Amino acid sequence: MVDQPASPIVVENPWERLNAFTDARIGLGRAGVSLPTSKLLAFQLAHAQAQDAVHTPLDVDALASELTEALEVSEAPIRLHSQAQDRAMYLQRPDYGRRLNEETREQLQQAAASQQRYDLAVVIVDGLSARAVQQNSVPFLSTLYQMFKSDAADWQLAPLTIVEQGRVAIGDEIGALLNADAVLVMIGERPGLSSPDSLGLYMTWAPAPGLRDDRRNCISNVRPAGLAVEEAARRFFLLLKEARQLKVSGVKLKDRSEDDVLEGDAAPGSIRNFLVAD
Amino acid sequence: MAQAYHSTVGSRSYRFASLAELMAKATPPRSGDRLAGVMAESAEERVVAQMVLAELPLTTFLNEALIAYEDDEITRLIMDEHDAAAFAPISHLTVGDFRNWLLSDHATSDVLAEVKAGITPEMAAAVSKLMRNQDLILVAKKCQVTTAFRNTIGLPGRLSTRLQPNHPTDDVTGIAASILDGLLYGSGDAVIGINPATDNVAQSVKLMRLMDEVIQKYQIPTQSCVLTHVTNTLEAIEQGAPVDLVFQSIGGTEATNRSFGFDLSTLAEAEAAAQSLNRGTVGRNVMYFETGQGSSLSADAHHGLDQQTCEARAYAVARKFNPLLVNTVVGFIGPEYLFDGKEITRAGLEDHFCGKLLGVPMGCDVCYTNHAEADQNDMDNLLTLLGVAGCNFIMGIPGSDDIMLNYQTTSFHDALYARRVLGLKAAPEFERWLEEMQIFQDVSTHRLNDQLPAAFANSLRHLPKEPRHG
Repeated sequence: MVDQPASPIVVENPWERLNAFTDARIGLGRAGVSLPTSKLLAFQLAHAQAQDAVHTPLDVDALASELTEALEVSEAPIRLHSQAQDRAMYLQRPDYGRRLNEETREQLQQAAASQQRYDLAVVIVDGLSARAVQQNSVPFLSTLYQMFKSDAADWQLAPLTIVEQGRVAIGDEIGALLNADAVLVMIGERPGLSSPDSLGLYMTWAPAPGLRDDRRNCISNVRPAGLAVEEAARRFFLLLKEARQLKVSGVKLKDRSEDDVLEGDAAPGSIRNFLVAD
Repeated sequence: MAQAYHSTVGSRSYRFASLAELMAKATPPRSGDRLAGVMAESAEERVVAQMVLAELPLTTFLNEALIAYEDDEITRLIMDEHDAAAFAPISHLTVGDFRNWLLSDHATSDVLAEVKAGITPEMAAAVSKLMRNQDLILVAKKCQVTTAFRNTIGLPGRLSTRLQPNHPTDDVTGIAASILDGLLYGSGDAVIGINPATDNVAQSVKLMRLMDEVIQKYQIPTQSCVLTHVTNTLEAIEQGAPVDLVFQSIGGTEATNRSFGFDLSTLAEAEAAAQSLNRGTVGRNVMYFETGQGSSLSADAHHGLDQQTCEARAYAVARKFNPLLVNTVVGFIGPEYLFDGKEITRAGLEDHFCGKLLGVPMGCDVCYTNHAEADQNDMDNLLTLLGVAGCNFIMGIPGSDDIMLNYQTTSFHDALYARRVLGLKAAPEFERWLEEMQIFQDVSTHRLNDQLPAAFANSLRHLPKEPRHG
């Protein structure tokens, strides 16, 4: 090539096809040294969706009626609220989000007055993404409840609870009030730029207020483009059975359902770093 | 014994029960201090605290430890290694006078370099609480801290970047793709540094080798780092892995660092081990530290101090071990510590100022999470302010989106914006390499090459045919 073509206004990157190998925003091209308009707006949309996920309130009525129908339970879920009155308070005071407010704690105590013991209490919490909870709770619990029904053992499930402005640890207080051996908290995770709808699952054996994070097991990134609900339910059920057998949870209970070492390159030597291939 | 401080404004009298309380209440507002319950209760109380603080002699901080000497090895480090001779020229000043002196024409770059060993983190934190943003920028600009390993970082008129090619599964091709993207946008002179998705020795060694091969093949005058726990890196060194820099997150109290799983002796061991490898070509700074306001409170290890004072104490830890790079990851921790763009901006400028004043090679991860009240415009503002202030380095990541850590930081494009608008350049050795590799048409005017440079065009031919994932 002898002639240098005149520089276009937006310069595409010749390595743009590397996009097929990663979700990272590579090969974006440039106007001068700046982002082209289309790439700028794509970013702004992703950020807007993540922010909306944080600030859009959970539609508790809709979720409650969907759950009642899908899970074929007789009682409607119990509605609870943390000590954080609103989102602004929630974001600044994580300690408030970990405890029930006075009013709903009393309600829960009355509901649990029968002293019946349960194998598991399922607690649905808005967390940092109501969208994650709204979208993934029903499919996940439908799968999980089916597993309970098909299992040889008899599983006593506590009434479902839905918590507004809650953090993970609030499940420990609820599980304890409900006399449950274990608690599952389903909570909206902090939204990533490309994952505004990610649900997190946390399990504690023998829940009680004030337990630390090392007593919980976590299954993360449950969403259509991440960990599928079927796989998430399978992993959780395995964890729960092991917790019930060993009567522990957290770091003392290893998640045997997934591998410990990440092998990005599937088989040894199958894929080399293309930057240094000769 | 701790003494109380009093002041009266009109009919209202104020009492501050201790030096720690006075420092906390003099601090510009932020959510982490509110969460800790140490923040001023009114705007007036805050300014009264600043006025009382301004009257305190700097020597107060040598006579009264904010965390007891017996209880905390960082207090002992600060007190035992204080350089009285370096302190002599400013020993007669109050905190308020110290601000005037720092801004004055007496405090030239050379003079500031001479007194830095006489300044304690608490003195730096105290004076910063009286300073406006422009004061923090102006004084930091006068403090030059230069370090070196395979290139020279922190020279006047330079702004370096850490190329951060993180990937959620540490996929080799995915990481290599982000490294290529970064290099072709002129990023990576501070370090090529990966946060591993899984934090163990085997994984870290794999990533170290990956980066080492790239640096060797293209003869890049830069260094690599896997941001794994210091004890993992020590083990990797024993296994013979190619370790350039040793990483560790550090905090400003002994209890914070214990919660991170190390103490000062661990860092001393790590510095010695990395230096013994003799991998640097132009310098021997082998440590890379990260900090951030709020980490001590988060670890329940703040001893009732405000988060900015804890942060400044972390720089005493850093300067003990001659780091190549230190950066404050200012917006990563979340809105319960720094609520919005305004608080993040203020904290970033404070951290950069305090670090530079103490002689630490400060960079900044200009960043935010999606639950903070912040956006790209806030990052543009802080990036520009830090560029003006002479910040040593910032992060560089494809399109601002860290797909592993799920937060937003400065992009490759952002760094070029800052270099172009402020007339800043990459580290000199790296700048020459960018020119030789034809990554830029004209590196002095920041004109990138529209064509793919030959060396990299060849590499792209070795791409796997099919992506292995969807």
